[in-house]
Amino acid sequence: MLKGKVVVITGASRGIGRAIAEQFAAVGADLHLCARSAGLAGLATALHEAHGVQVAAHVGDVQDTPFLKGVVGACRKSHGRIDVLVNNAGVIQQGLLGMIPMDQTRATFETNILAIVNLTQYAVRLMGPGASIINVASIAGVRGMEGTAAYSASKGAVISFTLAIAKELAGQGIRANVLAPGFIDTDMTRGLTAEWFRKRVESIGMGRIGQPEDVAKVALFLASDLSAYVTGQVIGVDGGMQA
Amino acid sequence: MTDNEAKLIDCFVQGLGIEAGLVTDDLTYNSVRQWDSVGHMALMTEIETVFDIMLDTEDIIGLSSVAKAKALLVKYGVAI
Repeated sequence: MLKGKVVVITGASRGIGRAIAEQFAAVGADLHLCARSAGLAGLATALHEAHGVQVAAHVGDVQDTPFLKGVVGACRKSHGRIDVLVNNAGVIQQGLLGMIPMDQTRATFETNILAIVNLTQYAVRLMGPGASIINVASIAGVRGMEGTAAYSASKGAVISFTLAIAKELAGQGIRANVLAPGFIDTDMTRGLTAEWFRKRVESIGMGRIGQPEDVAKVALFLASDLSAYVTGQVIGVDGGMQA
Repeated sequence: MTDNEAKLIDCFVQGLGIEAGLVTDDLTYNSVRQWDSVGHMALMTEIETVFDIMLDTEDIIGLSSVAKAKALLVKYGVAI
């Protein structure tokens, strides 16, 4: 379904990003994976050996502009283009209003939205008609979530940014959409308190926590030509949390 | 004219779809219909590809004339 497509995925070493990388490699995409974890190289090797696709591992921080430029430069050298950009890297910040440290808030915004703006501006230079940008936000960015005001705000910004660039890029045949996962079983959500975890699961209409693969399947739809006429949309993947 | 100057002129021709005769130091952003925001990004892609460089976003914003394009290339180590 993505045979020969060139895909950049941030936050690819674990959770949703890793599931997307595995899903895309299985259908033939060539990947440029980004993450802070040195273990990313092992994932790249495993995906290459399992599926025969080209996989490059870029270890660095999305807050670092030279790192982002290096990733896009590598895509230019390897394929001369980018077909799909998945902006997935993100951090969560918990804290009730009045107890939100500003340094953590700045760091949250740096990773969750400013890095997306930065990377997208570099990547779009290598994108043409048929290309797809997938920005991973959160249900918190759509509806807000108590105890994560700064995180919710940063994800809301991801949504607004995506809707704006979808309008700007539609004329060039480049699509931009948002994935808004609900409560997904990742290291990020496992770090939440037991009480939070229980409350979140209880709020899911389908009665189970989502798996990273649930999100990856929708990402595949948005990356492929199956969604060729879909842009400027916020797609919830939440098992009925918003229903 | 150096080889790199000729390459730069060709970047404007290919990126903006204009005649080479129009590409003088005085040509500026929005002075011709083709050099609008969309044409600008196509021009940047052409320059980056031909000279194998990655321009900073701030430099792209500031590249508003042929003369500035030449100066920018020098900054990126391209002899003009």
